[in-house]
Amino acid sequence: MNDVVEIRDLTVSFATDAGQVQAVDGVSLSVHPGEVLAVVGESGSGKTVTAKTILGLLPETARVRGAVVLSSKDGTTEGDVVTMSGARLRQVRGRDAAMVFQEPSTALNPVYPVGWQIIEGLRAHGKYTKAEARAKAIDVMRRVGIPDPEERIDHYPHQFSGGQKQRIVIAQALILDPGVIVADEPTTALDVTVQAEILDLLRRCRDEFGAAVVLITHNMGVVADLADRVAVMYQGKLVEQAPVRELFATPREPYTQQLLAAVPRIGEGLARAHERAARRADDWAQQTPVVQAHDLRIVYPGRFRRPDFVAVDGVDLAIRPGEVLGLVGESGSGKTTIGRAMAGLTRVSGGSLQVLGVELRGVHERDFRPVRGRIGFVFQDPATSFNPLLTIAECVAEPLVVHGRAENPADARTRVDELLEAVQLPKAFGARFPHELSGGQRQRASLARALALDPELLIADEPTSALDVSVQARVLDLFDELHRELGFAALFISHDLAVVDMLADRIAVLHHGKLVEEGTGDEVLGSPRDPYTQRLLASLPVPDPVEQAGRRAEWERLRAAEA
Amino acid sequence: MAASTATATASAVPQRSRLARLPVVAQLRQSVGLQRGMLVGGLVLTGIFLLTAAFAPVLAPYGYAQLRDASGSFGAQQPPSAEHLLGTTVGGYDVLSRVIWGARTAFLVIVVAVVASILVGVLLGLISGYFGGWLDRIMVMIADAIYAFPSLLLAIVLAIVISGGQSSMWGGIFAAALSITVIFIPQYLRVTRSEVIRIKSEAFVESARVIGAGHVRIMTRHVLRNSTRTLPLILTLNASEAILTLAGLGFLGFGIEPTAAAEWGYDLNKSLSDVTAGIWWTSVFPGLAIVLVVLGLTLVGESLNDLADPRLRKRAAGPEPVEDLGVELPEQQEGER
Amino acid sequence: MSVAVDTPPETTTKESGGSLGRYILVRALLIIPTVFILVTTVFLLMRTTGDPITASQGGRLPPDQLAERIHAAGYDRPLITQYLEYLGGILRGDFGTTLSDRRPVTEVLLTFGSATLELAIYALIVAFLLGIPLGRLAAYHRDKAPDAVLRVSAILAYATPVFFAGLLLKLIFSVWLGVLPVAGRASTRAELTMQKLDNPTGIYLIDAIRTGDPAVIGDVLTHAVLPALTLGLLTAGVFLRLVRTNVISTFGAGYVEAARSRGVPERRLLRKHAYKPALIPIITVIGLQIALLLGGAVLTETTFEWKGLGFQLAQYLQARDFVAVQGIVAVLAVIVALTNFIVDVIAALIDPRVRY
Repeated sequence: MNDVVEIRDLTVSFATDAGQVQAVDGVSLSVHPGEVLAVVGESGSGKTVTAKTILGLLPETARVRGAVVLSSKDGTTEGDVVTMSGARLRQVRGRDAAMVFQEPSTALNPVYPVGWQIIEGLRAHGKYTKAEARAKAIDVMRRVGIPDPEERIDHYPHQFSGGQKQRIVIAQALILDPGVIVADEPTTALDVTVQAEILDLLRRCRDEFGAAVVLITHNMGVVADLADRVAVMYQGKLVEQAPVRELFATPREPYTQQLLAAVPRIGEGLARAHERAARRADDWAQQTPVVQAHDLRIVYPGRFRRPDFVAVDGVDLAIRPGEVLGLVGESGSGKTTIGRAMAGLTRVSGGSLQVLGVELRGVHERDFRPVRGRIGFVFQDPATSFNPLLTIAECVAEPLVVHGRAENPADARTRVDELLEAVQLPKAFGARFPHELSGGQRQRASLARALALDPELLIADEPTSALDVSVQARVLDLFDELHRELGFAALFISHDLAVVDMLADRIAVLHHGKLVEEGTGDEVLGSPRDPYTQRLLASLPVPDPVEQAGRRAEWERLRAAEA
Repeated sequence: MAASTATATASAVPQRSRLARLPVVAQLRQSVGLQRGMLVGGLVLTGIFLLTAAFAPVLAPYGYAQLRDASGSFGAQQPPSAEHLLGTTVGGYDVLSRVIWGARTAFLVIVVAVVASILVGVLLGLISGYFGGWLDRIMVMIADAIYAFPSLLLAIVLAIVISGGQSSMWGGIFAAALSITVIFIPQYLRVTRSEVIRIKSEAFVESARVIGAGHVRIMTRHVLRNSTRTLPLILTLNASEAILTLAGLGFLGFGIEPTAAAEWGYDLNKSLSDVTAGIWWTSVFPGLAIVLVVLGLTLVGESLNDLADPRLRKRAAGPEPVEDLGVELPEQQEGER
Repeated sequence: MSVAVDTPPETTTKESGGSLGRYILVRALLIIPTVFILVTTVFLLMRTTGDPITASQGGRLPPDQLAERIHAAGYDRPLITQYLEYLGGILRGDFGTTLSDRRPVTEVLLTFGSATLELAIYALIVAFLLGIPLGRLAAYHRDKAPDAVLRVSAILAYATPVFFAGLLLKLIFSVWLGVLPVAGRASTRAELTMQKLDNPTGIYLIDAIRTGDPAVIGDVLTHAVLPALTLGLLTAGVFLRLVRTNVISTFGAGYVEAARSRGVPERRLLRKHAYKPALIPIITVIGLQIALLLGGAVLTETTFEWKGLGFQLAQYLQARDFVAVQGIVAVLAVIVALTNFIVDVIAALIDPRVRY
């Protein structure tokens, strides 16, 4: 049986203001029928561009050379997508290959009902009566797991949750029974628990529908869970290709090895945690906590008769000097809200939150301001963390100028240089603008700014979530090193348990605004007591296919028990 | 083989020259095809306008209120000839001279109108967007009310108020300019406000808040400077509307007396009756002048707007800088492993 | 067997279909402060340099006669009293009485309003028929020749002052070619015929049809062509650019690429996916165009001697009758506010996100 997709020596470059940019450089790949091929890589690897060529979805500014041969599911027809005519291309799209996108909310048109959008794809490839089309749509919706499809087929996209929207997008892809489904980071925008469900659905696409899946992702855990074969890309080139177990067990290329080594695994942080505990003073547990929250409530008032949204609902926690507390939860859990409240960005509605001795409930800015110099904050998105019109040095010097340690940024130059060096950035970067730095470099500069005044408390809100795996590993190492040197207390917020495990002394798990579990890494990750934590842990894919297979069985058992 | 051009390593970021970073020049280099044509065309027309306004005394053959010269009075409604290249008006003035001098009047109106409204509008938008609350809501309501009002009617009312009718040059200029100001303050307010609101929630502004920077510092250093993306378009729109309103007022009889200055709208008002008699030169030339100036300004504004909005641009600005991981790549392989 | 575990978004606490009703109510309530602000602005502006009588007769009457007239009209009372009386009048529908011909402004409105309404409708028809399809065409052929031509034409339409466009059209079609009438809404003969109807509506096209006389209908139509084109082309240009920009940006949306990946043909993508969502913000802007239209109407009517509200306004201006001017402007402000409200409601009806 032929390969469903055969990519031969593909080269793609784009026209930009700065000249031609090479995105894909001489890549050759095949996708066998009914297999899941994971194409893995970080930013700039060219994996998305490669996948899009399968459907001929590149913009006009792209120059493509090479061949991408796509066969129909039954193997009777095939054609080269690169040279295909427009009409033929339209025939082939949806019928032989279909795509699932990263952001389900932008993949669905908000002004048409979902059923209409599913049927549209169907009708683009054949004649169906209204009744026939509707029946097929309802059927495929049921098979992807949407409850009450007969009714929900007429609903609009905004009436569904994120995970359900993604199921609908997958339904749109499945309705014509294509030979290959190209899934571009299909679960990146979803919570871990929802991600597990969608991965399961994609597995069923392979098993029940017989479709091959080209899975584009940067998440090695997802790869270990779903893939049969893996192709690793870096800077537009294909670095390594192997069956999944082989790749994880014995990676051959240095880049693959580095990539796999950089992925955080649960349990790895144990050694570091013990080391940190040993370094502390004996009377540490008795010292006054840097942060103390008691029955903390934060409520966002509703508008126009919408009910109030309770973001944080009665949380108790404490952070002692020099301790790193990892705050974990999915979207809507309230973890970011707590971090912001501690930094004085969000108001406390009820209970008590004391930071460095100042009670934040009902506090006036003038009482909190002196304390601000003792707090540092690192934001999630490196792209917007800096004023695009100021140089890095000016940005890093800001805390020093605001709190009077320097007259102006030029004055603070020595200290800025010191800080940049501490975060392993060359001094010359101070004169650059934020858009001239990469994501990882910007996050390090962000750390430098947060540490400018040598704070006692550092709050980091998902600081590595927007970074590539390799870069993330470096930034986390840096964080650990700085913590060892400077000894600040820290609140580390993340949705990724494995990342938190690498750094935290204690871990707190939040679910819908409530604190459901708290303890050391050993306790929370080794033997969780709360069912939500258990489900969270079970849903998290580990970057080891053998182990993951076992965990998946466990996850399915847990899910069945809940039903 | 060396790393692909997609990565920017520690030293390889190209520094563009200072000249290339000036606002319009940068756009000229970025634009392509039609967008560039529009921008260039607009700049040329605007350039001609500005030069004419500046050098009017030199360029115009006669004064704007001149009725006679050494060889006698000009005569009314004379068709184009050697002495009067574009003919004379019903009042006996030289059309060409009044068209050229009119550029100067138009220019003055634009300057007054734009300066007044931009300062007030942007400031109000900044305050309204940054502080929010009831102050913001009230300002938005007032702005929306005024914004929806027919600008010409408001201009008429203001013209009556300021000048009580026809008047001196500065009276007429101020009437038109201030009425435009009133109309455009809400525009600048809305545009600035929505940018400010967007910027306000960006991480770097929150970072400044966490650090403890005061409101003034945040507003000036962080918010205001980043909120000016759409101003060029509004500015050219403002300028165009100023001229159109001035002309409109002139047309309705609220223009500037010919003895005080040359104004295109006034000339068009006087030429209305000429048209039925088939006399075309008294109306076509002033009208054409208006069209060309507004055309030039609007073309510049539209193309600047196109280039500033990433969705409307045809190609990207450049590759994203990517971290250099110092990894060696495998040798280029022929087939699969 | 359990299916999806994830929960729907915050709207589970269901706001029923009454969200639309609530939206309409809120918008309706907002008209009041809007009108209030506008009407007050007009009043304040007019009174800042004294009273209308001085403004109009200032240089022409001896001071004692002037003072007498001012007193008789009540303009020497405290400003607040005048203001309250003004507001009260408006609430009763009384917008004042003109100085020059002693008519209540509301009567002026009723007499001449239908002419302006007719012109506005013609102009809007022209604008819709030209602007929207051409805007779509321009978006479809983005950055190619048709787009270039259309965009520049639209900008040209904006750059040409309404009265100049009218003048040119008059020059070409009425004077040089002589195929269309120079001015007015209809010939005297046609007007006389229409006046003989019971209850003439004032809208000439309707009245002409009612007379059943083809000559009259033709007459009315030929008189309407130039003014309608003049006013309509300006608005058409605005619509064109608006539609173009909106369609281009919705065309770049994620869901369009998603649909393309399923093999949906490009034409359909443009029509169904890009075009329809782009219309919603356009409808809101149309409301603002009404304001533009009214301003343009004043100029167009003056150019073509189209005896509508705008033409009357210009006449009052010439006569320096500022009470009339103030009254008419205030009326128009109210009309604009009401129109915006209607437009907002229509936009809300079309957008399912507001409805459900």
